[in-house]
Amino acid sequence: MARQVTLNRRLINTAVAWSLGLLIFFPILWTILTSFKTEAEAISLQPSLFGFDWTLENYQEVNARSNYPRFFANSVIIAVGSTLLGLCIAVPAAWAMAFVPSNRTRGILMWMLSTKMLPPVGVLIPIYLIFREFGLLDSRIGLVFVLMMVNLPIIIWMLFTYFREIPGEILEAARMDGANMKSEILYVLTPMAVPGIASTMLLCVILAWNEAFWTLVLTTTQAAPLTQFIASFSSPEGLFYAKLSAASTMAIAPVLILGWFSQKQLVRGLTFGAVK
Amino acid sequence: MMSPAVILLLLWMIVPLAMTLYFSFLRYNLLMPGTEAFDGIQNYRYFLTDPAFLEALGNTLMLVGGVLCITVIGGTLLALLLDQPMFGQGIVRLLFIAPFFVMPTVSALVWKNMFMNPTNGLFAFVAKVFGGTPIDWLGHYPLPSIILIVAWQWLPFATLILLTALQSLDSEQIEAAEMDGANAFSRFFHIVVPHLARAATVVILIQTIFLLSIFAEILVTTNGGPGNASTNIPFLVYAQSLLQFDVGVGSAGGIVAVVLANIVAIFLMRMVGKNLDL
Amino acid sequence: MGSITLKKVAKRFGDVEVIPPLDLAIEDGEFVVFVGPSGCGKSTLLRLIAGLEDVSEGVIEIDGTDATEQPPAKRRLAMVFQSYALYPHMSVRKNIAFPLKMAGMEKSAIKAKVDHAAKTLNLSDYIDRRPGQLSGGQRQRVAIGRAIVREPSAFLFDEPLSNLDAALRGNMRIEISELHQTLDTTMVYVTHDQVEAMTMADKIVVLNAGRIEQVGSPMELYREPANVFVASFIGSPSMNIITGAPAAEAGATTIGIRPEHFQLSTDGGQWRGVVGVSEHLGSDTFLRVDVEGVGTLTARAEGEFPARHGDTVGLTPDPERMHRFDAAGLRIVR
Repeated sequence: MARQVTLNRRLINTAVAWSLGLLIFFPILWTILTSFKTEAEAISLQPSLFGFDWTLENYQEVNARSNYPRFFANSVIIAVGSTLLGLCIAVPAAWAMAFVPSNRTRGILMWMLSTKMLPPVGVLIPIYLIFREFGLLDSRIGLVFVLMMVNLPIIIWMLFTYFREIPGEILEAARMDGANMKSEILYVLTPMAVPGIASTMLLCVILAWNEAFWTLVLTTTQAAPLTQFIASFSSPEGLFYAKLSAASTMAIAPVLILGWFSQKQLVRGLTFGAVK
Repeated sequence: MMSPAVILLLLWMIVPLAMTLYFSFLRYNLLMPGTEAFDGIQNYRYFLTDPAFLEALGNTLMLVGGVLCITVIGGTLLALLLDQPMFGQGIVRLLFIAPFFVMPTVSALVWKNMFMNPTNGLFAFVAKVFGGTPIDWLGHYPLPSIILIVAWQWLPFATLILLTALQSLDSEQIEAAEMDGANAFSRFFHIVVPHLARAATVVILIQTIFLLSIFAEILVTTNGGPGNASTNIPFLVYAQSLLQFDVGVGSAGGIVAVVLANIVAIFLMRMVGKNLDL
Repeated sequence: MGSITLKKVAKRFGDVEVIPPLDLAIEDGEFVVFVGPSGCGKSTLLRLIAGLEDVSEGVIEIDGTDATEQPPAKRRLAMVFQSYALYPHMSVRKNIAFPLKMAGMEKSAIKAKVDHAAKTLNLSDYIDRRPGQLSGGQRQRVAIGRAIVREPSAFLFDEPLSNLDAALRGNMRIEISELHQTLDTTMVYVTHDQVEAMTMADKIVVLNAGRIEQVGSPMELYREPANVFVASFIGSPSMNIITGAPAAEAGATTIGIRPEHFQLSTDGGQWRGVVGVSEHLGSDTFLRVDVEGVGTLTARAEGEFPARHGDTVGLTPDPERMHRFDAAGLRIVR
């Protein structure tokens, strides 16, 4: 807006927004701070914000005692694996729908969206039994597959909205310029599609990392990712606030950072391209 | 090239759903293998007449409705605030969206132990500072507490989407309305609100999909209790199937959940179908 | 070399015939403009020549050889698109070099050619920028640069100036005309703007609903439009089309008189009417005059002509320059 806003107004906005922002962010901040306290200080009846003896012992203990690296590795494998597998299947599908649309494309896309409406509990028992039958319970490969299926509609939708933005004239220009199919894909399409694929990947890794239904009901120890690890603090271990905080901080830090980088894509991906 | 995706999704949807439907007509308990037998609609009768069902249905609707109210209204207000000129806008935005990236089990446990715990929680501390009595939040107000936790997770999402929509509002439209003599109040209700309506529809659609399936937050905070005070449909089905191993009744519950979700979905897709331009 | 011949070329999309069979010859070195209202099939015709659309029937010959089945890249044609269709992820240099790279030319030769093209088109200062950082006119020049480095036998332009503002459009018009004189290569140019057609073309092809209405030099079309459509499409402001009694008096169903072919007077005149709007452009004055029994006519007067809203003026058409058309809308040759 070309309108001049008075400094006062701007200062008031700033004050209100920052206060509310810090209020909303406070639980996360508090968790991070608590992770550096000793257990005694963490449950102190006179909690202090910054004035405590900072310590790293919680991190060391969580890492040492509870096999934390395995949970972390499982989270990475499951989140990244399901995303990559999903992309392999979604890229050709979204490609076909964006560049060779038929009059059924819209219907197929809406149907894919509707599969997201299927509540997980509706298929919980068969999936559980099938997994038990094939020895996939508590296996990483099984979870990779399930999370891939859960996120597939979102991946396809998101890629579709990105691919559709590549103008057809560019492809025609490349053909006029003498590019054959191979160089068209190599020099023109891929470079233009990469940003969209990257954002899709980012969002899907975040979603898979935080998925907390299938990861909780289909794993116990071997394949358990961080969601399950944190859930195991539920009681009575959760009363060790400092260790809970340290574990939580490590579990959310990677995604928090990834997420901050992908705000824009988040809006687009989660609204199926309806809001950009 | 779409066929692998279509086939996989079709299988993912049809096969388990058909199995659930089949199981829902069987007497089938994992603890008593070999006793499976056709049982007609007994499972449905049992599930639907169980007082826990009505309670869970009510809780599910309260949970979805409560969170939607808080996030849509709160999100609109926050989006309007964040759209104003201020210092450090980028950083404030980061603060606002952070809760969305926190994994559900973490946020549930952090709220449960470090905030809502009646002796060591921060809320208890604040209550004591002001001379009040600490409240056992999850013990006495389990559902509102869970609504609060879930709303905290989803408020950033609503805010971010509504803010994005707000920023795409053509400022010339506002200026034109100003020239036409509309005051701030009518500008908001006649220009801004209709413009946000589309984004709000999308927010409601997406959130409903996820909110109908809230699970982890309940599992790690209250385990559905006390009694069934914070049990929603997904949790009830989970408890029937994997805690009591009653596959038959659990499956019937699953089908009920699917039907409910479809009622909501049909309604929402109607609303949103026109908005998703293709 | 760059002659293009269309023989009975037709295009159908399903049951819809967008271009009925037509013949057209484009000579080597000619600047040919396809002009017509939107949806007349001019862009489709260009795309058929480019090979971006397949013809439904007929033969396209380029330099005397049948190119109907050839893919676009093999036709030795270069195209400038309406949206410019620059590769957004490549610098200006890479955009211009792309067709040469595709042709497998060696790097040093590519560099020399690109530098030369950039210099010709005043792009040297922007050579390492991306298209997103350029203005509309600069993007346009990059698109042209990408076309000229290939040294094609003909250039195809698809409404290349429609995304530019009026002043820039005037400049680019001149630049493209100069380019044509320098390169002496065949150019086929599609536009809906008859001013572009009149100012740039050696030969104009007027299209309407997929059919060729008339082919000729700008002045031929101006002086002797073959039918009412061409008459009213070519010329600015457009020709006054009059039907009814005044036309019957001249022995035609329809008559057409260009605004510049009226004799204007404050008193007397063949027709007298009331001035509605007068537009003073300085050099000229255009009057909208309501003449009873004839209709509202546009007439050009000299810049200082003293007429205001509500004045009565006299209009006398120049009988030598009156166009007469028969019931089918075709020109009556005197």
